[in-house]
Amino acid sequence: MSTVPEVVVTGLGATTPLGGDVPSTWRAALAGESGARPMDNDWATTYEIGVNFAAQLRVPPSEVLPRPEIKRMDPSSQYAIIAAREAWADAGAPEVDGDRLGSVVSSGIGGIWTTLDGWDTLREKGGRRVLPMTVPMLMPNSATAYVSLELGARAGAHAVVSACATGAEAIGYAADMIRAGRADIVVAGGTEAVIHPMPIAAFAASRTLSTRNDDPAGASRPYDVDRDGFVIGEGAGVVVLESAAHAAARGARVYARLAGVGLSADGYHITSPDPSGGGQVRAMRSALADAGVAARDVVHVNAHATSTVVGDLIEARSIREALGDEADHAVLSATKSMTGHLLGGAGALETIFTVLALHDRLAPPTINVANPDPELVLDLVRDTPRALPAGQVAAVNNSFGFGGHNVALVVTSV
Amino acid sequence: MAYTEQEILAGLAEIVSEETGLPTDSVLPEKSFTDDLDIDSLSMMTIVTLAEEKFDVRIPDDEVKNLATVGDAVTYITGAQS
Repeated sequence: MSTVPEVVVTGLGATTPLGGDVPSTWRAALAGESGARPMDNDWATTYEIGVNFAAQLRVPPSEVLPRPEIKRMDPSSQYAIIAAREAWADAGAPEVDGDRLGSVVSSGIGGIWTTLDGWDTLREKGGRRVLPMTVPMLMPNSATAYVSLELGARAGAHAVVSACATGAEAIGYAADMIRAGRADIVVAGGTEAVIHPMPIAAFAASRTLSTRNDDPAGASRPYDVDRDGFVIGEGAGVVVLESAAHAAARGARVYARLAGVGLSADGYHITSPDPSGGGQVRAMRSALADAGVAARDVVHVNAHATSTVVGDLIEARSIREALGDEADHAVLSATKSMTGHLLGGAGALETIFTVLALHDRLAPPTINVANPDPELVLDLVRDTPRALPAGQVAAVNNSFGFGGHNVALVVTSV
Repeated sequence: MAYTEQEILAGLAEIVSEETGLPTDSVLPEKSFTDDLDIDSLSMMTIVTLAEEKFDVRIPDDEVKNLATVGDAVTYITGAQS
């Protein structure tokens, strides 16, 4: 009789507005640093966007990747390959059967720099000047294809796309590949590179971005009464997931278990979350049920919490509803206060934070909360990290996206 | 204004180097694009597109298969200049 394999996390990689790798990003997050900075260009005034700051990568890819790789990959794939290389090395670069190795590294938006550059070239110089690499660079499965090529991952190279829930959904999909017996090890995560005037103008037009131009570091303030929208960010997070048996057989270091995946859709509105929080509650409850974890064992929640006026409170109420009175035993971190919103990369980076929170027993802080919203119904970790209890405990990472996508992942300690 | 063969070789070397990461001084006239420089068809089309722009010439797709070596490309571009 077959049993469903248990999934563990054996490698972590990232490049973010807080640092060029996971250790530097995690240190900066625990220190409560902000990755948001004024932009070193004049987009805001040239194009009347009204937003002149963003959470740009701390270490530009040009400092890490050779020039031909930069030319062959859209920035979104560059960030992904940097994170994937770190995650793979962190997992010990195992010798594995490529037919049992998968890749699910997704982007919410894909190669928009390449798309827009190609359009500019076409209009300025004509069709014969559009470079042949344009298609493989702009396609949204480009990042996962490059990761698959690099590692010889032939069990499947997938790209699941669900806006700002993309990174978390990719990790959930990867866990399901292992649990379905289709792979022993999967490299999974999310990436985004949209600090470009067009998408920023589009997000600004949807009135979801903070316009706190005079205070970029203070602009992302989830749960503060003065929150006014999210700060756009860029970067990638990638994890190595592995069946527990495969990890044990090679003596791998295990950070945590990826124990439960919960997915739902609101079916409510193309951009606004369902104010009842029903879809979010269903995602969290199904993730907990999938993990076999009781609400009382949840000690930490990494919230989606983008710092929008309505979204943050709907989520806080949803968490309380999903956990019931046991929500009193959980602390809440809203790490987008520091990283900005990495869109397709966000859910992956926040899964890494959730894994490290359990591994190090430290919940990262939420910065910029000078005046907590009186309607906040949860114990928010503010300013400095909070110690998490010892023993067998669980944490939840929430990610939600335009289109009504809800993803909850449950991580348990080892 | 027409480019000299020397200028075309130097320009091609720069394009190939950007595309492949090889040093420019390894891009010599006798080198085969596929066998020596390990350039696949997609990269070859990129190099052709960039060379057309740089030297203001047209290299029809039918001609590309005849450009086996760097020297072939230099000769073709030299002749294609008006």
